[in-house]
Amino acid sequence: MLRYIAKRLLNMIPMLILISIISFIIIQLPPGSYLHTMMAELRAAGDQISMDQIEALRIHYSLDQPVHIQYLNWVKGIITEGNFGFSFEWNRPVKHLIWERLALSLVVSVSSLLVSWIVAFPIAILSALKKHTFLDYFLTFVGFLGLSTPNFMLALILMYISSVFFGFSVGGLFSPEYLMAPWSAAKVVDLLKHLWVPMVVIGTSGTAGLIRVLRNNLLDELGKPYVVAARSKGIGIARLTFKYPVRIALIPFISTVGWQLPQMISGEAVTATVLSLPTAAPLLLGALRSQDMYLAGSFLLLLSSLTMIGTLISDILLVLVDPRIRYE
Amino acid sequence: MDPNQAAIHPELTEPEVLKDAEAKVFYATQWQLMWWKFRKHKAAMAALVIVVMMYLGAFFAPMIAPYRADERHRGYVYVPPQKIRFYDEQGFSLRPFVYPLRQEIDMETMQRHFIEDPTTRVPIHFFVRGSSYKLLGLFPADIHLFGAEDGKVFLFGTDDLGRDMFSRILFGGQISMSIGLVGVFLSLFLGLLFGGISGYYGGAVDNVIQRVIEVLRSFPTIPLWMALSAALPPDLSPIGVYMGITIILSLIGWTALGRQVRGKVLAIKNEDFVIAARLSGTSEPRIILSHLIPSFMSHIIASLTLAIPSMILAETSLSFLGIGLRPPVVSWGVMLQKAQNVHALMMAPWLLIPGIFVILYVLAFNFLGDGLRDAADPYGN
Amino acid sequence: MKKMAPDSILDVRDLTVKFFLDEGTVHAVNGVSFSVPAGRSVGIVGESGCGKTVSAYSITRLLPKTARISGEILFRERGGDITNITELEPDGGDMRRIRGKEISMIFQEPMSSLSPVHKISNQLSEAIIQFQGLTKRQARARVIELLQLVGIPQAERRVDDYPFQLSGGMRQRAMIAMALARNPRVLIADEPTTALDVTLQAQVLNLIRDMQDEFKLSLILITHDLGVVAHMVDYVSIMYLGMVVESGPVIEIFDNPKHPYTRGLMHSIPKLRGRRGERVEPIPGFVPSAYALQEGCPFCERCPMREERCTKGIPQRVQVGSEHYVCCHVYQPGEGEPDVVNA
Repeated sequence: MLRYIAKRLLNMIPMLILISIISFIIIQLPPGSYLHTMMAELRAAGDQISMDQIEALRIHYSLDQPVHIQYLNWVKGIITEGNFGFSFEWNRPVKHLIWERLALSLVVSVSSLLVSWIVAFPIAILSALKKHTFLDYFLTFVGFLGLSTPNFMLALILMYISSVFFGFSVGGLFSPEYLMAPWSAAKVVDLLKHLWVPMVVIGTSGTAGLIRVLRNNLLDELGKPYVVAARSKGIGIARLTFKYPVRIALIPFISTVGWQLPQMISGEAVTATVLSLPTAAPLLLGALRSQDMYLAGSFLLLLSSLTMIGTLISDILLVLVDPRIRYE
Repeated sequence: MDPNQAAIHPELTEPEVLKDAEAKVFYATQWQLMWWKFRKHKAAMAALVIVVMMYLGAFFAPMIAPYRADERHRGYVYVPPQKIRFYDEQGFSLRPFVYPLRQEIDMETMQRHFIEDPTTRVPIHFFVRGSSYKLLGLFPADIHLFGAEDGKVFLFGTDDLGRDMFSRILFGGQISMSIGLVGVFLSLFLGLLFGGISGYYGGAVDNVIQRVIEVLRSFPTIPLWMALSAALPPDLSPIGVYMGITIILSLIGWTALGRQVRGKVLAIKNEDFVIAARLSGTSEPRIILSHLIPSFMSHIIASLTLAIPSMILAETSLSFLGIGLRPPVVSWGVMLQKAQNVHALMMAPWLLIPGIFVILYVLAFNFLGDGLRDAADPYGN
Repeated sequence: MKKMAPDSILDVRDLTVKFFLDEGTVHAVNGVSFSVPAGRSVGIVGESGCGKTVSAYSITRLLPKTARISGEILFRERGGDITNITELEPDGGDMRRIRGKEISMIFQEPMSSLSPVHKISNQLSEAIIQFQGLTKRQARARVIELLQLVGIPQAERRVDDYPFQLSGGMRQRAMIAMALARNPRVLIADEPTTALDVTLQAQVLNLIRDMQDEFKLSLILITHDLGVVAHMVDYVSIMYLGMVVESGPVIEIFDNPKHPYTRGLMHSIPKLRGRRGERVEPIPGFVPSAYALQEGCPFCERCPMREERCTKGIPQRVQVGSEHYVCCHVYQPGEGEPDVVNA
């Protein structure tokens, strides 16, 4: 078990290196650099800027060095001192900008994940046990509907409904008075009050996918001979259903955490923009637009690392619940 | 795991004495079998009809739409959807009509809004002459399916620039619904290529491709798409942006297909009929083309159908965020961008109508894909 | 109360099972009757699809929901009361009690009939705990004892294994132990050796016979293999297309087969000491569809002795010897044995 985890952790290292390289390449892809953006802005503001100044800035930001040196410096900074580089746009170190936003992203994503599990689990079991009944068709349809509705659409509809019918706006994660306040119990309560909207929005699409996976798994399992064999022992239907097929259908369900987490983070990215949540995605979007490369790159790197950690967790859970993998 | 585990006592679930049905089944081609099975899936059949209708609508958009996509109607900003009437106080009319609109300014809120003028009728005529266009890009024509000759008709209202939402939705469908198809075909190509190589040759090649897929998949798609589309040069032509976005979507979309193809190839590679072909001296490319690909094509088509929705959802989301397609290109995502803030939404909730089409399209493809997936396994069940 | 022969523990009378599927109605079992004398063994033989497994599953009411079952399955309880199993709720308390204490089954696929993610101990002790009121510890001891009895070496260790850690033969032994754990009076073995290697088949069959003696079981053995039947059972019923075409004591059937189908089956067994080049005679033709009910004798299309009357009317059951019955138009009630050419 421990060996397996160690092996998986070792496996992650080349993956992380690849991810960091890809992240860096991607943020290098746009033609020009932050300096162009800045020059354009300054020019728009009517300021004149001399070539000397630009050159000075280029050296200051190490933009004059070859790309691979820039990359190595960036990675070195991250590993040795947790320094993710400097944000040109915010004129602050990246590490001062990202952690709180990433943490909020994670809170929103993970709570959406939990919500989608709690909702999907009973619905899927009900749907599978009552297969081909009106209830099953209805639940399947609702599931498909959730799957087909873009997150931002749902967010817009919720915003519209709450504004028109309840007369309040649902954007953000905090009330204005807590926005800049330091963390306190009251701020957490305030966060929870706001959290439900993104949770519902992001959770919905995930729920639909989960229902489909779990229902189909369960239907497969319900037809297997071991169910008949268990019935032949005289065990009651309800009891054996939960002991055998549901238990076994849950195994692939658990492995879905791996792809659920990136999906949630993706969903969170869009939803955050619509609902103006103070999470990673809006900042990432801004950074991408202004070519604030270290900020954008760090977000990409860290968001992907989150996904890898999610996959690792689901793999470990899988080993815990499936003896067949354990003894391989 | 024991492969037999999936086998159930055949006599129980489906007594295997279905000889008459079997006789028919023995001689049917794979596609016939799929069609028979698919037909039984009512929701999938309905979905198929909806999808076909939507594509026909987009195909004949210039003819069906009463106006051009970029046609601005002065004095008709934020017109709400108009009611088509057959009946009013003046009696019944076989010819549908709408009431003309008059703009008023609410003195309290200082907001403009439209009120219908029920004293006159604007009749709707069919096959009216309007702006000229080229049908299918070839035949010049100016006939429109319907229109109001002495007035305006806005079925779904107008946007902030006084453009007809109904017409724009039809034209937007051309872009939105084709980007999914083109993207999926690109993904199919990449998926077949890399998945096929990976599964067929195995070993180190397989390992490298699998790692790449794993890395690509661990990027959350939307942030990655965001980053990639931010890399598109801002001065790119609309067609360039369209192609760029399509390529970006399929760059990630192929990974799922690639894995699936690899799995299928691995499973089929050692089947008797492939080994038989190899023993009889068939060349490798021929084995791949005439034995491997046909045997899992039906599954691939089903997965493709299920991949199209994610493409259109991605396009819509990106365009909505302002980093996908950009005006003057009309797509459903671009149109939805107008609904981004609460104020616009409050004033003109009909700006969300393109979203309903997105949902309908995705929903239909999900049902279609579901039906195809069941049908792709014609001998199962 | 229903009456049944004094020595029999299970009487199946005119059992009919239909499956209502989208494609049509499948007539899987059409009026099957046989009885199981207490402590004896009965074999049910036929090709796949003849309805033998469906008949067996009817006895424990484990058929899927699409099945409609009619006729009588009379079971003599421990106290002597007679229960008609076809009248019970398939998963109601009475039926579960019968499954848990009276009638056990062994299945064809030992791997897929055991849950892959539960330990042997868990799966074997489950019913003991529920029906015999043993504690977990007692049940575990009993499971180990049973595993030793069915010949699993190092039972104390094996009890904590998962099914996939056992070999095919060991799994089938574990399955037998699971069936015996409930201390049943009737054991139904559904093709228990089909999924096993030939060398293991004999071991498992011997084990089943030993266990029959040990537990004083009444045994119903479902198989397509006449050889297995000859080795294992006292009485045999030959099934074809949902009907019992011939039944009787095993020696009688082997020495003096009456029904052309039975004879065909005998001829299609390859003989161990057959001459080189001697051909095994297959039965010509295919099994007809079970979607449509036959008008005449179900076997008539393939029968070498077909006559005009065979295409009209289902043949009656005719007694042709002591306890030996046959369903064939060639044999008429009251007529002596006709002079038939050996097909």
